[in-house]
Amino acid sequence: MAEVLMFNALRAAIDEEMARDETVFVMGEDVGQYGGSYKVTKGLYEKYGEMRVLDTPIAENSFTGMAIGAAMTGLRPIIEGMNMGFLLLAFNQISNNAGMLRYTSGGNFKIPIVIRGPGGVGRQLGAEHSQRLEAYFQAVPGLKIVACSTTYNAKGLLKAAIRDPNPVLFFEHVLLYNLKEDLPDQEYLLPLDKAEIVRPGKDVTILTYSRMRHHVLQAVKTLEKSGFDPEVIDLISLKPLDMEAIAASVQKTHRVIIVEECMKTGGIGAELTASINDQLFDELDAPVLRLSSQDIPTPYNGTLENLTIVQPTQIVEAVQKMVALRV
Amino acid sequence: MVQERTLPVLQTSPAAITREEGLRVYEDMILGRFFEDKCAEMYYRGKMFGFVHLYNGQEAVASGVIKAMRSDDYVCSTYRDHVHALSAGVPPNQVMAELFGKATGCSKGRGGSMHLFSAEHRLLGGFAFVAEGIPIATGAALQTKYRREALHDASADQVTACFFGDGASNNGQFFECLNMAALWKLPILFVVENNKWAIGMAHDRATSDTEIYKKAKAFGMHGVEVDGMDVLAVRTVAQEAVARARAGEGPTLIEALTYRFRGHSLADPDELRSKEEKDFWFSRDPIKKLAAYLIEQDLAKEKDLKAIEKKIQIAIDDAVTFAESSPEPDPSELHHYIFAD
Repeated sequence: MAEVLMFNALRAAIDEEMARDETVFVMGEDVGQYGGSYKVTKGLYEKYGEMRVLDTPIAENSFTGMAIGAAMTGLRPIIEGMNMGFLLLAFNQISNNAGMLRYTSGGNFKIPIVIRGPGGVGRQLGAEHSQRLEAYFQAVPGLKIVACSTTYNAKGLLKAAIRDPNPVLFFEHVLLYNLKEDLPDQEYLLPLDKAEIVRPGKDVTILTYSRMRHHVLQAVKTLEKSGFDPEVIDLISLKPLDMEAIAASVQKTHRVIIVEECMKTGGIGAELTASINDQLFDELDAPVLRLSSQDIPTPYNGTLENLTIVQPTQIVEAVQKMVALRV
Repeated sequence: MVQERTLPVLQTSPAAITREEGLRVYEDMILGRFFEDKCAEMYYRGKMFGFVHLYNGQEAVASGVIKAMRSDDYVCSTYRDHVHALSAGVPPNQVMAELFGKATGCSKGRGGSMHLFSAEHRLLGGFAFVAEGIPIATGAALQTKYRREALHDASADQVTACFFGDGASNNGQFFECLNMAALWKLPILFVVENNKWAIGMAHDRATSDTEIYKKAKAFGMHGVEVDGMDVLAVRTVAQEAVARARAGEGPTLIEALTYRFRGHSLADPDELRSKEEKDFWFSRDPIKKLAAYLIEQDLAKEKDLKAIEKKIQIAIDDAVTFAESSPEPDPSELHHYIFAD
């Protein structure tokens, strides 16, 4: 066991997979000589050379399309979105060609590609750098969407994403890169489609992902002191949703609170709520509650920014209200 | 009528073509023309649906370029993709069946006219949005370079031909990919089929400098214009570009001046192009031009050409029979092909 920072765990995942499979390569803005804007690819350029850690011009839609073309012809590209928000500029390639092309081609082509990078609301980065594209991309058929949240799962999930024969959007969080954790020395992979039960409990199911997992756990510390026993599930897979794990939990707790960083409208929680209502309505003792970011562009001002995303105190209050008041 | 550009005359004499090659190219062009005529007939008879964009008039470009390539080279097309697919070797049966939406189609009935694919024939698609195929093709070319340089595979010398229209040449993906292809010396041919019209938008109403091939210069790339109604001229230019790409000397931008003999799609009323303009181009039919050349050079007799036409007519009729008698996709397989295992 060795204590590792998340960005180094992600780098180790890429390094190990590049060493294992020479068709794996990285491309994106400043991934090579600069080592990545968050240093996830630091040292790989020196180790693997400029073809396998390819610095691209700032042309997101085109280099994403190129990665798809390379994937169709047998390589396994990893694209780094310097900031995942920039991939709005690659929406067409991600949607039409990464997501839909395998189907449209009647199975002629595989698209083994990972599109990864920092998403989420950081610290006063302004609206454009604080996006949560998982909500925008979730409707695209043919994509898998994964959000890592700990140093341990970041490494195991990224390795699995690189080996997956399908396009995977892999969301890291800009504020989690410096999380530290002891990681096993031996190799491990984690399944892309399984939710993680972070804390078993019986009062209420809290469904969350990415950085909000940590806000939830902060809230749980407070709640535990007053005797509450919530079950915390990290979705991990945002598409497809692990409805099996969610059902098992809801059948136990009969109450659901969703805590997410994306905006409420058309968010991951909106899809979750609908799916839970569709499949588990009879299990529910209360309507599913969503704690989401405000439906506004993320403001620059720190106070306003904090008001935009869900804070642990709101989670505490929501659990208290739902459990204690039996609503 | 939009001012016509002076069609370029090939400065070097066209590479001599053998009888065998001449007839092969002629057959390919006839296949393209007859196939598209049959599509129009089938569309109006309600056998195919959606947007169907026919290639009539532009055959010299597909045949001139693709028949100058190897079967392991890559081809990337647009929504006007039937004839690129045929030239790349996708059997007419599979293309026709796809247009009929059948399970035996090259895209298993999931793609349709604008989404033809064949991994076996290295056809990367069929891309329905303007210019979105250019990055895909550039990525295939990057893959070849990667195999050669990062994986040290000396046999990786495949070339990619990327076809698109004058409309795409105003899109950012065109410029972005020209930049990267030139920067990394990728083995690719960017083939602009300048047919003067992006649906109803005349090229000179959309483009500040209408001579597209000259844009290569801004990227330090070879750029060449060619009479896109002269298959031997296209072939000569393509052979040079393919040799350059295969040798690792980088990409070429080829602007083929051509014309579509039909509307943008079969749903296009085609009201903006003048009769005068159309007549000018109809008189330059690339198939008639090649036929005249083959006979004039004593490479073929009239009866040889007629025999090819008869053979292709039979193949097209067979394709229709195949498509009509093929099964519909199995409804239980609606969700197949979303993900690879």
